[in-house]
Amino acid sequence: MKVDVNGRTFEEEPRPGQCLRTYLRERGWFGVKKGCDQGDCGACTVHVDGRPVHSCLYPAFRADGHAVTTVEGLAAPDGELHPVQQKFLDAQGFQCGFCTAGFLMTTAALDEDKLADLPRAFKGNLCRCTGYRAIEDAVRGVKNVEAPAPGESVGRSLPAPAGPQVVTGTARYTFDIDVPGLLHMKLLRSPHAHARILAIDTSAALRVPGVQAVFTHHDAPERHFSTARHEHPTEDPDDTRVLDTTVRYIGQRVAAVVADSEASAEEGCRRIEVTYEVLPAVLDPEDAMRPGAPVVHDKDAGTARISRPQDNVVGEAHGEIGDVAAGFADADVIYEETFRTQRVQHASLETHGAVAWIDEDGRLTVRTSSQTPFLTRRALCALYDLPEEQVRVMAGRVGGGFGGKQEMLVEDIVALAVLKLRRPVKLEYTRAEQFYGATTRHPFTIRVKAGARRDGTLTALQLRVVANTGAYGNHGPAVMFHSVGESMAVYRAAHKKVDAFSVYTHTVPAGAFRGYGLGQVLFAVESALDELARRLDLDPLDFKARNIIGPDEPMLTPGGHEEDLHIASYGLDQCLSIVRRAQAEPRTEPVPDGWLLGEGAALAMIATGPPGGHIADAKATLLPDGTFDLAVGTAEFGNGTTTVHKQIAAGELATTVDRVAIRQSDTDVVRHDTGAFASTGTVVAGKATLRASRALADQLLDFAAAHLGVERAGCRLDEEAVLHPGGRLLLKEVYAASRAVGLELAADGHFGGTPRSVAFNAHWFRVAVDPGSGEIRILRSVHAADAGKVMNPMQCRGQVEGGVAQALGATLFERVLLDEHGAVDTAAFRRYRLPQYADVPRTEVHFMETADAIGPLGAKSMSESPFNPVAPALANALRDATGVRFTEVPLLRDRVWRELERHSGSRRPPGSP
Amino acid sequence: MDLNTVVEIRDARRRAPWRPGDAWLGGGTYLFSEPQPHLRRLVDLSRMGWTPVHRHVDGSLELAATCTIAELSRYARDLLAPAAPLFEQCCRAFLASFKIWNMATVGGNLCNGLPAGPMISLTAALDGECLLIAQDGARRRIRVADFVIGAGRKDLAEGEMLRSVTLPARALACRTAFRQTSLYGLGRSAALVIGTLDPVDHSVAITVTAATVRPVRLWFPLAPTAGALREAIDGAVTDSEWFDDIHGLPEWRRHMTFRLAEEIRRELTREERR
Repeated sequence: MKVDVNGRTFEEEPRPGQCLRTYLRERGWFGVKKGCDQGDCGACTVHVDGRPVHSCLYPAFRADGHAVTTVEGLAAPDGELHPVQQKFLDAQGFQCGFCTAGFLMTTAALDEDKLADLPRAFKGNLCRCTGYRAIEDAVRGVKNVEAPAPGESVGRSLPAPAGPQVVTGTARYTFDIDVPGLLHMKLLRSPHAHARILAIDTSAALRVPGVQAVFTHHDAPERHFSTARHEHPTEDPDDTRVLDTTVRYIGQRVAAVVADSEASAEEGCRRIEVTYEVLPAVLDPEDAMRPGAPVVHDKDAGTARISRPQDNVVGEAHGEIGDVAAGFADADVIYEETFRTQRVQHASLETHGAVAWIDEDGRLTVRTSSQTPFLTRRALCALYDLPEEQVRVMAGRVGGGFGGKQEMLVEDIVALAVLKLRRPVKLEYTRAEQFYGATTRHPFTIRVKAGARRDGTLTALQLRVVANTGAYGNHGPAVMFHSVGESMAVYRAAHKKVDAFSVYTHTVPAGAFRGYGLGQVLFAVESALDELARRLDLDPLDFKARNIIGPDEPMLTPGGHEEDLHIASYGLDQCLSIVRRAQAEPRTEPVPDGWLLGEGAALAMIATGPPGGHIADAKATLLPDGTFDLAVGTAEFGNGTTTVHKQIAAGELATTVDRVAIRQSDTDVVRHDTGAFASTGTVVAGKATLRASRALADQLLDFAAAHLGVERAGCRLDEEAVLHPGGRLLLKEVYAASRAVGLELAADGHFGGTPRSVAFNAHWFRVAVDPGSGEIRILRSVHAADAGKVMNPMQCRGQVEGGVAQALGATLFERVLLDEHGAVDTAAFRRYRLPQYADVPRTEVHFMETADAIGPLGAKSMSESPFNPVAPALANALRDATGVRFTEVPLLRDRVWRELERHSGSRRPPGSP
Repeated sequence: MDLNTVVEIRDARRRAPWRPGDAWLGGGTYLFSEPQPHLRRLVDLSRMGWTPVHRHVDGSLELAATCTIAELSRYARDLLAPAAPLFEQCCRAFLASFKIWNMATVGGNLCNGLPAGPMISLTAALDGECLLIAQDGARRRIRVADFVIGAGRKDLAEGEMLRSVTLPARALACRTAFRQTSLYGLGRSAALVIGTLDPVDHSVAITVTAATVRPVRLWFPLAPTAGALREAIDGAVTDSEWFDDIHGLPEWRRHMTFRLAEEIRRELTREERR
């Protein structure tokens, strides 16, 4: 074997069944990513003799005698970027950046024909973050970035600081490190939905050459925990063990094998002999609540914090405001229907996984693909009785999260192995494991009943919500509570009632997912109110506008009042105006003959942070060269908050972002950070950064004034100096002066995440529908987002576009399907359709003119919420076009066609109410 | 992905007894895309040196099993035959992108035997014939439409190798019409229907793939009426042969097949009248 990689020759023989991807990564070419390892996502694209191939499918031995170029070899030897790299930087054609190397290598290989047909050219490349618009901009040479003057960063489109690393393949994600002596872990998973483990024989596994250890429930701590990570662990039931004696879903861990290589670990797993006592299983949440159903967790309700274990109800909410019976009696029209949402996977391009070792000081050190390093440390300490100073958890750049990494899915078992073996261990999920061994969005069934008078007054709103949390209750109760919060509070009705249940079943666990339950319930509420308006012969948007709460009205939910939630800025009226303007504009898109035309809208409200507090610490420090160090806890997974933190700091310190260096997502750099979830990266962690930066600015001016003996009022910061009446004192001189008196110029900032505000969104679609095939074509897509003062318009637009694209996937085709035994049947991207370039229409994004009284510099959150109005807006448009109300997603062509056929006798002409 | 149970790559040029755990390695785009824990040896076809596409003197076209999709697409661009456009249409019917075309082979697609395999669609519609070579060297020929017998099932013995597919000159002289649909934009085919019109005797063949578990090729001495076409499809495909998987409900595939077949019938007969 002799292969040239980026101009260097490698002669090591590959293993017989090795693919080129791992051959390259084992030689340090970490720019070659594993998104799926199955040829579907394109993240591993390299060139072989100039031709682009998916290196995960390319037999390594066939590279013999050929020249391979990876993303690291794309730039000129002198470091000058390839034009495609520069374009992706200029347009910021990435968010998390995990797919970027694949897009770069593919784009670099496109000829004129392919450039003219990008939807087809990018069939083999998946991006989960951007919604593809920014990628199109990159390919087309659009420049989106700005370089504002010192102190003027806030509100401008600054590029992500990691951009140069992302486009050169040198950004370091979780697994992009070389750890000498690394051992590899593979998990044996349950083939049964419900079974008791009677015996595990590991002797044959231990005889496999290279196998170092096999861990079973005998090795695991007795105590229970929740994989969900929250500031307050009591939000989730303690129902999970590291390795349990009972398995509760197909895919649950049974044992872990640690070996010198993944191959040996896999072989070890195949050699473990497990004796199961198979138990009856229940897959449907309604069935699970019936008397006599198999009990998923036969645990003590109080200890485990499970609402009613014997009924499989992990959490529930019941409440009534007013008297819904009276409210419905007062209504002229009542609409009642059941809506259903499916299982959806986060599908971040980087899979779950962690690498852990014992550092020189004897500390357990865990590098993990996590949104919550601090809370994961807390959980590891609790699980293994370790003091916090004995555990360090950090994240590299994280390849996408979407809520899926607000869990401890791997760190516990990796830590167990490291603590026992005292050697470095890695566990990296396969793409298939992401589907059956991680978490999903909660599937919901929502019975909604809404009544209104002829004048358009909503009189009563009642919901019965059943959320299937799967085999474990991680995020189950919290998602359920959140789902019926803002969704019911945004409408004014004198009478509201809710009964909501989070229910255990013997299926793959659900967990946190962008929107956190709201999107599911909003699909039902926004669809139902649309339908109710039509039955009242009212314009659906007029009807909703009449019933939404105003800026000074209380947010009332029957599930309970949240004291710290305020409407600290109100842009919902502006959001509706955007929709009305779009509606009024004449249609320019052509509609094929025989297709039906329709339009629909939906709105959404979301709290700008989670209830119960969300803590962030930040520290800003002046460095010897006069630049700044900013330490924050929050993780970067493409959400762009690192950019925003720099902007905020640069704004307060009157400098430019390149003079602020960030250290982040590491339990060593600040005291605490609850994590990058619940859309808090800007509004909570950003506020801590604001406070730290502002305090440091004060310190600098105080010190400089005292040092110079001038009036403080006459001093101000300017890029790299303190300006004072007598001239300029460079910050490096300020540093030197402070050192001389033994002073460190540094300031801490803290925010507890309360009080909170609310953000608003609205989405509008115009669609054409082919009744003969069920195909839906989106003709126009408009999104209005009330994010308060927008910190970075380019990035915020990217968050909205990405959220809309992800929601379109969940609305149109994504579905995790289970077979009759409860096994996941869609454990690959070729079976689970993610939105591709071709699937995502360009969405017009509008920001509202508001400034929040609570958020930092007037900002509000905008990362989960764009997802939420998309499904009902599309279903409403489909209803408008076809006359048929669709109550289930996804809206796949075969289902749409079948439903239209079913109604073909009674179908009303398009546009009729 | 790494196939960690594979312990040896064997060059197919060197004959050696076929063993359990052996598999032919074509482009590798299927084998390396899923775990294959039952495999021990890969028998590598990449060094056979077969000419990817060969036009015989009788005008027939022989596609080597190792011909990549990219090679086929390039060849068809310059192919002078009325059926030439069908090649690119079928290449584009791949779920996989042009990058996979650089590795995936015609033979691999046939031997996978998936209903949505577009090389099956192409070669079945053009009346292709497979050349198979057994371990003892015995050769046999079988029509593509008979080679694929079910979803993922084919008439291929253990160790038997697909050498090539030959498309007769008569088929290449046909005018063709192509229709495909999927649950998704540019997605995996849920129904793929190809029509061919023979300029010599005006006979029509309609080949249904993707919607059915196996290719169904219907031959009509003259262009059928709409009713006759529908009846012929209904008669040829039993209820259980409409493919039922996550990429489309069987009743929708059936409906789409009728619709696409009728569009094709009209397109071919409209051409005929000109």
